[in-house]
Amino acid sequence: MTRAVVTGIGIASPNGLGPTAYWRATLHGEAAIKPITRFDSANYWAKIAGEVPGFEAGRHLQGRLLPQTDHMTRLTLVGTDWALRGAGVQPNDIPDTDIAVITAATAGGYEFGQRELQKLWHQGPEYVSAYQSFAWFYAVNTGQISIRHGTRGPGAVVVSEQAGGIDSIGHARRQLRKGVQLALTGGMDSSLCPWAWVAHQASGCLSRNNNPKRAYLPFDRDASGYVAGEGGAIMVVETPESAAGRPGTRIYGEIVGYASTFDSKMPSREPGLKRAAELALRDAGMDASEIDVVFADAAGIPELDKAEAEAIKGIFGPFGVPVTAPKTMTGRLFAGGGSLDVASAILSIYWSAIPPTINVENLVPEYEIDLVMNEARHGKIKAALVLGRGKGGFNSAMVVREYR
Amino acid sequence: MSRRAVITGVGVVAPGGIGTKAYWKLLSEGRTATRNITHFDASPYRSRMAGEADFDPVREGLTPQEIRRLDRAAQFAVVAGREAMSDSGIEFDQLDPGRIGVSLGTAVGCTTSLEREFIVGSDRGKYWEVDQSYAVPHLYDYFTPSSMATELAWTVGAEGPVSVVSTGCTSGLDSVGYAAELIMEGSADVVVTGGTEAPLSPITVVCFDVIRASSTRNDDPTTACRPFDKTRDGLVLGEGCAIIVLEELEHARARGAHIYGEVAGFASRCNAYHMTGLHPEGIEMSDAINIALKQARADATDVGYINAHGSGTKQNDLHETAAFKRSLGAHAYKTPVSGFKSMIGHSLGAIGSLEIVGSLLAFEQDLIPPTANLHEQDPECDLDYTPLVAREKKVDTLLTVGSGFGGFQSAMVLKKVEGAGR
Repeated sequence: MTRAVVTGIGIASPNGLGPTAYWRATLHGEAAIKPITRFDSANYWAKIAGEVPGFEAGRHLQGRLLPQTDHMTRLTLVGTDWALRGAGVQPNDIPDTDIAVITAATAGGYEFGQRELQKLWHQGPEYVSAYQSFAWFYAVNTGQISIRHGTRGPGAVVVSEQAGGIDSIGHARRQLRKGVQLALTGGMDSSLCPWAWVAHQASGCLSRNNNPKRAYLPFDRDASGYVAGEGGAIMVVETPESAAGRPGTRIYGEIVGYASTFDSKMPSREPGLKRAAELALRDAGMDASEIDVVFADAAGIPELDKAEAEAIKGIFGPFGVPVTAPKTMTGRLFAGGGSLDVASAILSIYWSAIPPTINVENLVPEYEIDLVMNEARHGKIKAALVLGRGKGGFNSAMVVREYR
Repeated sequence: MSRRAVITGVGVVAPGGIGTKAYWKLLSEGRTATRNITHFDASPYRSRMAGEADFDPVREGLTPQEIRRLDRAAQFAVVAGREAMSDSGIEFDQLDPGRIGVSLGTAVGCTTSLEREFIVGSDRGKYWEVDQSYAVPHLYDYFTPSSMATELAWTVGAEGPVSVVSTGCTSGLDSVGYAAELIMEGSADVVVTGGTEAPLSPITVVCFDVIRASSTRNDDPTTACRPFDKTRDGLVLGEGCAIIVLEELEHARARGAHIYGEVAGFASRCNAYHMTGLHPEGIEMSDAINIALKQARADATDVGYINAHGSGTKQNDLHETAAFKRSLGAHAYKTPVSGFKSMIGHSLGAIGSLEIVGSLLAFEQDLIPPTANLHEQDPECDLDYTPLVAREKKVDTLLTVGSGFGGFQSAMVLKKVEGAGR
């Protein structure tokens, strides 16, 4: 079976731009959930978010791209540039038809979209941007990446709310198996504008606690919902043979297992997360005992935390594996969250360290999980399991392993 | 033994009629269902026509809560989904739910509901800070289109892989291609797939107005979409949905199912050219066709019918005509081509699935639906586009293609299956 290795990681996270800055911040447990600055939050009950600071699109992208892109597309394009640079891929290294682009989306370019909707309804149809047709739709990031890098292989966009970041990487691996050499994959999301914010508030999932240290507390007795953030990760995933074509290419790790499942509406049926994890392990041909850390979905919503803890306990036994949720530092990044977790798991293996979960003070004892709290844990990590769930019933799991 | 993905059930919501029968009647008679927009006051806009579905959610059996909760596109998916389930003859509650998946295509998701709620929350765009006190309870479902996959998954009882595939105007083909991959790789035995779109709201109309992609033949809406005709002046929007039950071949044979055909080959390509523009050479679409044919173990000369993208823009007509010739060579000139958008408009992320279903029905009936409104063929488009009247022809292998904003080019090969029942 065709193997899939990660050779480039582009990250835009609220606590760091690029894999080096992100990993340093994440190992130190640097919190990035703060009062919202992107719009005036005075009239909204939720007032905190994980914003990506210090990102100046104009420093990275040509001026002509700015009027036609939403913030989330700019993050995506810059993240993709970084991933390709990290992987040492130069134009013409790989035939353009052998490169796939597979991204995840949750929102579209909604800040852009709100601006154009406002023009339409306040000023008139003639004021709407000629770029609206594609700047806000869900497929925009894949299209823009393909154009920027001249890739003519397969393109796709998957949407499964917050599980989509994992699904996109799973689908990218499918493309490698179908014969392409390299895939640009993952997700970057941002929907920090008033229109999107009202929708986030309506999800029933945001915490009503506006203290950045007390708002998003997965597996904690005081769990009260989550905090929304922006950013994510785009990765270069390719076959080992393709990577070998560029001598000196660093291989961070390998994607060895993936599965996704869905929760029934019927309460009598068991939630599908455990099944997704088991199927991903089976796909990897691995036993649970070979997993050194679980990157949890960590919803921060009591019933979902309980279900996830039960799934983990069911597979690994009580306190059977270290569990962590670095997203407690950044908030949940929607389509970007799952792919950033996969990137974190890969970095964990590469740097032999488990980043901590922050802010959790009162871990629910009945969960019986070994949550890595406050301090990173150092030591050899050979394999990790990444879990993700999306509102509506989506469950995805991915197994990553050191490359050998 | 490799696994194969076959179609055993179909359901449709389309302009001109609800249900597969009404849809086929429209296509086979070559009638058009495009008209002046009635869903809202379109008088301020440049293009004021669309293929609208006469869809009454109450008559279609949706409950008051479903009607309140679901965007129109999701309502379409549930109604067409139920028709497809029943058509397949599968007892869904007798299957292992973990082996049932869903892959739903949509380009703009729940835009109509999002725009409606924006207008209220911003008081017609007066306020940048949308008023939170006007938020409706299901606003977040409109925010992310995966909520529609959730609804369809609930309808069929799926607990396997579920997602939305959103690649603009190729979503309806790509979602079915994705579903076929799930079956072939063994992740599911049955995948309920297809595409849905209800994009007829001012912001979507304006999107196409401002780039002058849509037709302005507002005085003659029933003949406004004229693919391959030299008088064409742009696309006409549409809405609709087609849901398809895709099943692993042996699974279908074991229960003696009627098989419409096999998804024998599928490929998508990015053109890396322009977000809305197409290169006249059609290289990437041709690449997609070649790969899909190869996967289907079919030669170019096996193709008996091409279901075109046929959106009604000149750049598309030249683009795909070139792609067909590039892939099929001399055989392209002998192969009937037709475009359904001339009859039902362009329903963005749904149309690819509607075209698959129409093509499967052409298999069943040995009848190729025509390209409507084609009276004066553009001399630069020199293939056989089946003008005006349906044509009797027995077809075993057909090709359907799509092309969309973002540069997406997709191709699917559908084949008849030996011993397919009925």
